[in-house]
Amino acid sequence: MTGPDPRRTLAAVWRLESARIVATLARMVGDVGLAEELAQDTMVIALEKWPAEGIPYHPASWLVATAKHRAVDLLRRQSTYRQKLAEAGRAMPASLDPDIAAGLDDYVGDDLLRLIFTTCHPVLPPESRAALTLRLLGGLSTDEIARAYLVPEATVGKRITRAKRTLAERRIPIELPPPAEASERLGSVLEVIYLIFNEGYAATAGDDWMRPTLCEEALRLGRLLAGLAPAEPEVHGLVALMELQASRTAARTAADGSPILLQDQDRRRWDRLLIRRGLAALARTEGSFGPYALQAAIAAGHARAARPEDTDWQHIAELYGVLAHVSPSPVVELNRAVAVANAGRPAEALAIVDAIDLPQYALLPAVRGDLLARLGRADEARPEFERAATMTRNTRERQLFLARAHALSRPTS
Amino acid sequence: MRYLMLLKSTPPASPPPPELMGAIMKLGEEATAAGALLDTAGLMPSANGARVGLYGGQLSVTDGPFAEAKETISYAIYQVRDREEAVEWANRFLRLHRDLWPEWEGEAEVLKVMGPEDFAPPA
Repeated sequence: MTGPDPRRTLAAVWRLESARIVATLARMVGDVGLAEELAQDTMVIALEKWPAEGIPYHPASWLVATAKHRAVDLLRRQSTYRQKLAEAGRAMPASLDPDIAAGLDDYVGDDLLRLIFTTCHPVLPPESRAALTLRLLGGLSTDEIARAYLVPEATVGKRITRAKRTLAERRIPIELPPPAEASERLGSVLEVIYLIFNEGYAATAGDDWMRPTLCEEALRLGRLLAGLAPAEPEVHGLVALMELQASRTAARTAADGSPILLQDQDRRRWDRLLIRRGLAALARTEGSFGPYALQAAIAAGHARAARPEDTDWQHIAELYGVLAHVSPSPVVELNRAVAVANAGRPAEALAIVDAIDLPQYALLPAVRGDLLARLGRADEARPEFERAATMTRNTRERQLFLARAHALSRPTS
Repeated sequence: MRYLMLLKSTPPASPPPPELMGAIMKLGEEATAAGALLDTAGLMPSANGARVGLYGGQLSVTDGPFAEAKETISYAIYQVRDREEAVEWANRFLRLHRDLWPEWEGEAEVLKVMGPEDFAPPA
């Protein structure tokens, strides 16, 4: 039996605390880049002291206190510097003395919220928002983010550096958005988190193992946000949607790496704990008709069905109908058509599909082919599957479509 | 990845101080808000439970309490990025006991829940 290893403890405490530390520092110094540098300094100090002096009695508090001292030192130096400049008559008077005492309060919840609104700020391009959020709130290294996104490390490094520079140059305040912008800005935060989740969800066998961990990071960020902004139904909607989608992770890929469609998944492999958490989060949306809450309600419709044939397709079709109204898109219409067909109305579904304009989307002819086959129009269904096969870039999907086309060419007895 | 934590101890004669219970609630809130704590609950003494065994082809049911010196007093499921993070959450839990209930002695078993990362990727 040995005491905990200082370096390993530091690494773990650091990952658990770095977001809160950076958030607090960002509020104190007003700049995310500078906050990250100060946080790194703190890490260096800990790396020197902990192995020599032992792990502090309260490691997390030690890190936070050390980081705050660094920030206060910096602010004092800047303030003195500014005063000296002012005395020399070469700068504006230092009227804006930083409120050092404000840096010493303990509540970091709002700091985290301010930080996430800043890293997801609409002045940044979407890919930079995700990278900066993963870096500062997820505590991921540039290398980890690069591996997760299958791009060179230098690319991610540049995105993060540019994002920090943009925030500084545009003088974006690290603050909660003003009421007039609140809804749009929250939308941007939710979008960034869901994009991170989907990037991880799109991982395939053989991808770097960092890739699927994006789902876990997004879930962590979503849960964090739900704790920070519990009055926002769409935050719970997004968390519910991610928990429910993540509950199917183990069941959605075959041993050979090919995707398994929802209706063919072994539902015993769904994660009951995540389903329970997803349904609990959904209950907290209190019947909101936001796009995330609606998608979560649809996912819940599947999660509640122990067998595919238990699915209440009529209810799901209605939810898609509302979703198509709230957040119209051709993909939503296509999903609505599938639900309508599964609710027993393939002809009505075909009419929906025929109104969809979605060029180069292989699933459109595939769904159309499936509906035609259900309606007994095999001769029209076959070319749809063949067309779908030429449109997809996914080998396994192509095989699946060609198999359907082939099966339809057999004379039915 | 997920870890199951089982907290085991021989409870001291003194009752748990109210400050400890408050601190445990606060830590649980923090861990939940951080997206790490997925599920947790305290466990009743084993006198309320039973043990079902299969030895030599024979099923047996033994009512609690179990003979072990230590009782399992709570469980928790954490979502973490590596074992060290799980160990750190366990450390935090035990630090509360160290600070607020000095007579308390015990341990947390930190067990990895099997997950997709434990299976070799398909060749």
